[in-house]
Amino acid sequence: MNKPRLLNDSLLPTLAIWTVAGLVGCAFLWLIGDVIWQGTRYLSWEFLISPPANAGRQGGISTILVSTGLILLVCMSVSLPIGLGAAVFLAEWTSVSQPFSQFIRRSLDVLASVPSIVFGLFGNAFFCQLLGLGFSILSGGLTLACMVLPILIRTTEEGFRALPQDYRLSASALGLTKKSTLFHLLLPAAIPSLLVGFILGLGRAIAETAALIFTSGYVDRMPESLLDSGRALSIHIYDLSMNVPGGDQAAYATALALIACLVMLNSLSSWISGLWARTRILTT
Amino acid sequence: MVFILIFLVVESFPAIRDIGLIAFFTDPSWHPTEQSYNLVPMLFGTLLVTSGAVVLSTPLGLLLAIFCQFYAPPIVASLYRKGIELLAGVPSVVYGLWGLVVLVPLIARIQPPGPSLIAGIIVLTIMILPTVTLVSESALRQVPKEIIQSATALGLKRWSMIRYIIVPTAWSGILTGVILQTSRAIGETMAIVMVCGNVVQIPSSLFDPIRTLTANIALEMAYATDAHRASLFLTGLLLLLMVVSLIITAQRFRPKGYE
Repeated sequence: MNKPRLLNDSLLPTLAIWTVAGLVGCAFLWLIGDVIWQGTRYLSWEFLISPPANAGRQGGISTILVSTGLILLVCMSVSLPIGLGAAVFLAEWTSVSQPFSQFIRRSLDVLASVPSIVFGLFGNAFFCQLLGLGFSILSGGLTLACMVLPILIRTTEEGFRALPQDYRLSASALGLTKKSTLFHLLLPAAIPSLLVGFILGLGRAIAETAALIFTSGYVDRMPESLLDSGRALSIHIYDLSMNVPGGDQAAYATALALIACLVMLNSLSSWISGLWARTRILTT
Repeated sequence: MVFILIFLVVESFPAIRDIGLIAFFTDPSWHPTEQSYNLVPMLFGTLLVTSGAVVLSTPLGLLLAIFCQFYAPPIVASLYRKGIELLAGVPSVVYGLWGLVVLVPLIARIQPPGPSLIAGIIVLTIMILPTVTLVSESALRQVPKEIIQSATALGLKRWSMIRYIIVPTAWSGILTGVILQTSRAIGETMAIVMVCGNVVQIPSSLFDPIRTLTANIALEMAYATDAHRASLFLTGLLLLLMVVSLIITAQRFRPKGYE
């Protein structure tokens, strides 16, 4: 774009904008630097592989990593098939203008921004009490699945809609049934967008605290089955900083580990979507 | 969606039946063990924290977006954008941790006690600022190039071009982003629990501790029973309704030709 020359510029707003940007940048650097600096002093390989001791003041986070992994596993193995099914239905069997699908799409958008604590309440009432699962990794994962489903469905649906209409037309011209078009043509082509949605949902699930407190519980022992209560990383941070005096160091280290996971997930998703953009016209 | 709504209504129904809807606003205070359930202080807490954070972060986010889009040299802008994207993904509990360890002692030095309304506002502002910036920037980017080119051709100064032409054009997109962030701020729980002090009262100054609706659920759900528990579900229902009405407003404001 043709950048206006500096001469043609009023001084005051320029100055103000640079100052604001600088200040906010400093605040952000302070925040991130604080976490990294405090975290790296404590973070080590031992910290990652040893179980917490003395309410988390000493020891590490191995059991918590395992619980987090299990919760995410439950969440994703439930939400992925449902999400994919719903997205395929919305994208291939309904049109944008139908009132019914518009209603579904609207309510998914609303659902995506419902406060996580409301999901927590719902999960507590439905999974823990009505279905009798109690405080367990299973009910935590299922609650998270409800929470990430809207995002997952919408991203995947967009992915399906972005596929060129020619695919469908030529497939039906060749006499393929709708089912085999879907499985052999559309699904492979939409996999990158599915992955991006999956990773976005995973990122949201991994960062979640409020929904998990009343569903997956607090216990920091090594979980023996999916019906055991297990503590997720974010709950560990919360608990260490609020309820355990002297737990700040370990909390910082856990926070750093959590952020590192998120950064990896983020770069993975942007790498995949970049890959997708390059091979957009593919010959499967 | 419907399922969750039904559930909340069913679970909170005993509260409405036994206590009555009006009692939630007229009871002397929030003492669930003594059968008095006044939600007003917490409603106030939520509204104050949220509006404070939104009022602070909207202009800041807009300025940052303008900075990235029109002022910063390309390298700085792309670095800045990367950083902001990173921050947008940081879990809220980490912001809470930072607020608790760094911000609260700082505020306590100015005016004890540290955990307060202002700490909540600052932490929430920092938390929603990255997303506000990203959304406003994408709204600014959607302004048609022809408009910018003709403004430059007319010899407008950069600032007056932004102030009178670009921002008004992108306004509805920016507004949508702000409303969506408001709903996120209302629903935020953990960061608020960690920095706000959680005393049930209507604050008289910026430095008073407060408790929000979400914090109330998080703190008391663990031991609540019967009517108390039902009233917490009612709180959740209230939150849900607030957020849903915000989202519907946002969808009304959505720029045309978006979908």
